[in-house]
Amino acid sequence: MDTWTFGWTLALIGMTGTMLVLWILSLLILLLKKIFPYQESAPKKG
Amino acid sequence: MESALVSGLQGLVLGILNLTPNHVIMLLVASTLLYLGIKKGYEPLLLVPIGFGAILVNIPLADMMGKEGFLRFFYDAGVLTEVFPLLIFVGIGAMTDFQPLLENPKIILLGAAGQFGIFLTLLLALAVGFDKLDAVAVSIIGACDGPTAIYVSSKFAPHMLGAVSVAAYSYMSLVPLIQPPIMRALTTEKERVIVMGIVKQPVSKTTKIVFPIVVTIFASILAPKGAPLIGTVMLGNLMKESGVVDRLKSASENEITNIVTLLLGLCIGATMEADKFLRGQTLLVLALGFIAISLDTAVGVLFGKAMCLLTGGKINPLIGAAGISAFPMSARVVQAEGQKYNKKSYLLMHAMSANAGGQIGSVIAAAVMLSVLQGMGIVGG
Repeated sequence: MDTWTFGWTLALIGMTGTMLVLWILSLLILLLKKIFPYQESAPKKG
Repeated sequence: MESALVSGLQGLVLGILNLTPNHVIMLLVASTLLYLGIKKGYEPLLLVPIGFGAILVNIPLADMMGKEGFLRFFYDAGVLTEVFPLLIFVGIGAMTDFQPLLENPKIILLGAAGQFGIFLTLLLALAVGFDKLDAVAVSIIGACDGPTAIYVSSKFAPHMLGAVSVAAYSYMSLVPLIQPPIMRALTTEKERVIVMGIVKQPVSKTTKIVFPIVVTIFASILAPKGAPLIGTVMLGNLMKESGVVDRLKSASENEITNIVTLLLGLCIGATMEADKFLRGQTLLVLALGFIAISLDTAVGVLFGKAMCLLTGGKINPLIGAAGISAFPMSARVVQAEGQKYNKKSYLLMHAMSANAGGQIGSVIAAAVMLSVLQGMGIVGG
């Protein structure tokens, strides 16, 4: 593989891949927040 | 008796007789690193051991990196095996609070944009004649993350470890000087004064505990070669968030990180032997490292501008500059810059989200890079 094919392939897949992985991660975070919603701790009685 | 005295005295002057101009230059370079660390406070935890390691390795005939040298022992055991940077990652994970990111997950995309400098610098490094794997090692300075840079360069270009590490840590400490001019050049005054609303989305403890597990499984499956990087950061974070292994968490962020930082710094300094470091290539590495971090900032800000446009002006593009891994320094730079133009603008929490995204982003970018290299058959499986 010549230098420029290597460079452009790694750069393009690298940038797209990083963006894609982090975008999916952001969706996973939203999903986690839906599955495990924050609940105010109930005030103690008495 | 007379000849024994002469021989004995010769032993004392051999070091001086073997001192070359290159040794002297390197002793000056090492002293400069010590000066920057001690007097200027630039990343002292790293620059002091690096500078001292560089002094030790440039003492003629001391042979610190020889077969029996004590620095060689630590280098082979911790750097060549990639164990040291990984142990530091456990500590980083234990110290990092991903709460701002979990509250505002879309900001993680800025952490991806902030890594584009890596890949753009890769093209530049290839253009100026670096070999493929050397170019990868240089470009990783753009991760703006010392342990990631050390991990990747020790894997692919150990002969460049000294130059890459010094560049990475030096420029990270110069983020407050490097970023503001780029932020100003790429934004309008109207954009810089944008006040971002408070994001108040509390996150449950369970989410915080499950997050590092999910990230490890998901990201490692997508980019398996980066599993050691992702896994160690997230292990540290799981220990922090679970709250059940306080002793391990405390050891990771204190004793282990401190000991490994000392040994890692010495080992990096030990790679700065005069005949290996004093080359034109080192200057190129330093120049490309500067370009890499500048490009990270520029692309981050430009991505912030795009988000500003898409959200109808709700996002201040300055926070894009925080999409790098220099945590929390970069977020503070953004806050200070925003306040210069609008005293009512509090960008810190938003910038912290982007900065936490940058921390994950740098590890993910390196993981993606390693996996693509494996896929291309450039490195073994």
